[in-house]
Amino acid sequence: MSWIDICAIEDIPERGARIVKTAEGCVAVFRTGPEEVFATSNSCAHKGGPLSEGIVHDRKVTCPLHNWVYSLETGEAQGADQGQIATYPVRIEAGRVLLDAESLARRSAA
Amino acid sequence: MTEKLVVIGAGMASGRMLENLFEIAPDAFDVTLFNAEPRGNYNRIMLSPVLSGEKSYEEIVTHDAAWYEAHGVTCRFGERVTAIDRSRKVVIAPNGEVPYDKLVLGTGSSAFIIPCPGHDLPGVVAFRDLEDTTAMLEASSGQGAKAVVIGGGLLGLEAAAALRLRGMEVTVLHLAGHLMERQLDESAGYLLQKDLEKRGITVLTKASTKAIQGEGKVEKVVLEDGTVLEADIVVMAVGIRPAVSVAAEAGLEMGRAVKVDAQMRTSDPDIFAVGECVEFNGQLFGLVAPLYDQAKVLAKTLTGEEEAFTPKELSTKLKVTGCDLFSAGDFAEGEGREDIVFRDPARGVYKRLVIEGEKLVGAVMYGDTADSNWFFGLIKDGTDVEEMRETLIFGPAFQGGGSVDPMAAVAALPADAEICGCNGVCKGQIIEAIEGGATTLGQIKATTKASASCGTCTGLVEQVMAVTLGDGFELPKAVNICGCTDLSHEDVRRLIKSKELKSQPAVWQELGWKTVNGCHVCRPAVNFYLLADWPLDYADDPQSRFINERVHANIQKDGTYSVVPRMFGGMCTPDELIAVAEAARKFGGTLHVTGGQRVDILGIRKEDLPAIWADLNAAGLVSGHAYSKGLRTVKTCVGTNFCRFGTQDSTGLGIKLEQKLWGSWTPHKVKLAVTGCPRNCAEATCKDIGVVCVDSGYQIGVGGAAGMDVKETERLVDVKTEEEVIEWTTAFLQLYREHGKYLDRPYKWLAKVGLDWVKEVLADADERAALNDRFEVSQSVYRKDPWAELAKPEPAKSFLPIADLTQEAAE
Repeated sequence: MSWIDICAIEDIPERGARIVKTAEGCVAVFRTGPEEVFATSNSCAHKGGPLSEGIVHDRKVTCPLHNWVYSLETGEAQGADQGQIATYPVRIEAGRVLLDAESLARRSAA
Repeated sequence: MTEKLVVIGAGMASGRMLENLFEIAPDAFDVTLFNAEPRGNYNRIMLSPVLSGEKSYEEIVTHDAAWYEAHGVTCRFGERVTAIDRSRKVVIAPNGEVPYDKLVLGTGSSAFIIPCPGHDLPGVVAFRDLEDTTAMLEASSGQGAKAVVIGGGLLGLEAAAALRLRGMEVTVLHLAGHLMERQLDESAGYLLQKDLEKRGITVLTKASTKAIQGEGKVEKVVLEDGTVLEADIVVMAVGIRPAVSVAAEAGLEMGRAVKVDAQMRTSDPDIFAVGECVEFNGQLFGLVAPLYDQAKVLAKTLTGEEEAFTPKELSTKLKVTGCDLFSAGDFAEGEGREDIVFRDPARGVYKRLVIEGEKLVGAVMYGDTADSNWFFGLIKDGTDVEEMRETLIFGPAFQGGGSVDPMAAVAALPADAEICGCNGVCKGQIIEAIEGGATTLGQIKATTKASASCGTCTGLVEQVMAVTLGDGFELPKAVNICGCTDLSHEDVRRLIKSKELKSQPAVWQELGWKTVNGCHVCRPAVNFYLLADWPLDYADDPQSRFINERVHANIQKDGTYSVVPRMFGGMCTPDELIAVAEAARKFGGTLHVTGGQRVDILGIRKEDLPAIWADLNAAGLVSGHAYSKGLRTVKTCVGTNFCRFGTQDSTGLGIKLEQKLWGSWTPHKVKLAVTGCPRNCAEATCKDIGVVCVDSGYQIGVGGAAGMDVKETERLVDVKTEEEVIEWTTAFLQLYREHGKYLDRPYKWLAKVGLDWVKEVLADADERAALNDRFEVSQSVYRKDPWAELAKPEPAKSFLPIADLTQEAAE
């Protein structure tokens, strides 16, 4: 893995998200707790809604367009809805949020 | 042959190391011990009891002069080592050099002092050593002395509690949103704050210190938000940093502290380090347990025995009498983790377990920590908990059966808790009525008047009956808000008021939420109820709002936004209209004229929102709140200004109404209209509130709709003057704000409470005035243009991607 420094943890509001632009579209980085982050595709499997704009609760996000709920851990749609979004390795080191460049690159190859 | 061992720092880690060393090999080393403090080793973590008066300094001394003499230790106390010369293998200090064969660094850490203006004034202390403690004790002796503690972590809270015990007025300032945020989650932090406040300690969260002021000594602390706190002493307990300058200057390999291997050896094979100045595998250590482990390893290493240091799981307990708190392991960061939450509002108990795979990895407990050692054991040993997962949170004693009582929140209410706000009926009165023979809701209504007016407290009254009558009462099925709670909207609204719940963690805890922090259904509702009921105490939480209300624009299906500037009463000047047109052209927007007499600029990209707002602001235009569950528009006709049929100045009245009401949040959107005559060109009779002007005055109708349902307004009242229209309209809106269920338009709310009840309340002039007053208090916070705030450079950044990796990914 090769980790890229994205931002300080404080740059993402708690129970909120920010997006990272990549050549293949946006990745959403969610902050679910003071020291907890997840990264997924920003695009809802239903109608492409921007997931980074959804309400973040527990380790889940609700799409702002039609209320699909995803687990940020698995990328799987919850409840009756069927769908899957990509998740990416992300970690916090010394207060900085790091994304794995290789998995982002694989995304473009896929 | 005796080797020369020099130890720098007489702290808890190096002290324990010497004890271990003398046990294994009493005569192997000729030891010289330096300490910058003018004394030997004492139990630093017992400074809190010394401060509170529960212990004396003598009682916490670990090694006295006799001990050092008995072990032949040469003490150089009160002498700070200035340098280490590794080539000559000597330690340099003010009173002369000392040669070494082996050197141990135990320099510990020093308190981090916020470099704000005035941080060096006398009276600003850390809470690290006996000097600090003595200074605090002196400050606490004056009558009515005041202390400000900066930092709501473990150390700061212990200092605060001890100073309070000494009789001081104590305020704790904490930068984060809740206390001890590294060890506790919000719910436990809320309970801790409540307990501390009960003891008379004031806690201010999200409090950033701007400056410390005073003539020759500390007198006051000024916060970023302008708050000024008087202080006789300021205790800085915001954190510690390893004290490693001597090691760094000696050229040892450093990370955030002195890097060591598992044998506690630094990059120089003859130099070792132990305690808080150590970094091992990227990790720093601050609690005493791992320091003692390190001490043991180092003592063995020095005597040539094989031993390796491995960091273990740690637990934290707060040493404040009466605050029962425990946290252990890791409850942050990680995929595949699951939470188990247990809340008992009646006892103020909160427990949260974090499970990863088959193992328990973290635990937070508040109020009941009796089982903490058992849980800690499971974490440390990595026990497979899969089998007992279902009942795990109930602790070791629990064997099957039993369930949580959904009515615990109501059962926990004290007798004087108000259940029915309309008629001022307390829980105790309802219980009395039940004991007096009432067994049905109708009888309760008849005897106490509880739930006999607006009826929103019906659910609660029924729950009180169920709790009191037990099996003798069958509870009608109430619709809960969502899966996070068994309570209905009405129940939650009433309980927020009667229990004076003023934060979301307070609601989750006291009302027994079943999830960690709610969901997309309950969070916006609870956020609204809190800001409507406690406008001055509760700060709106953007993260609990739907995207439109968070970014103050309407999201469209393609992820772009629409921007609608406010045009008070549907009027605008030519210059304003030109500004709208130019903004649309500059940012590639499509223009659309809305049904509420506004111009909508569609297709604006999120990152352009702050810029388009700045342009519109410059032309004098503010947010139209076309996205809000709040006051939307006041539609008007041109009235007596131009129309040959107009009976009153409908345009002017509409503008006045909109200027008073704009920016307010309501349970659902609210649309108004003022029309100049019964021909109704402004379509006032299908609005939430519609005013029809007539020759003799004004007819106010409420509860109209023209959406999923189409409904004509019903007459609330006829009045003579514009002032009366504004007073009645505001009172109606505030009543709806205080009683409505989130996402009920006024017509739905009216269908539940009845127009007659509303008329009865508003007929009382004092009640109308009180409602108007409460509305104005709320508006002092919310009648502000959110666009102007968000267009400022700092908040505007949040509209941009946090990073752009398009280059990296292309490579």
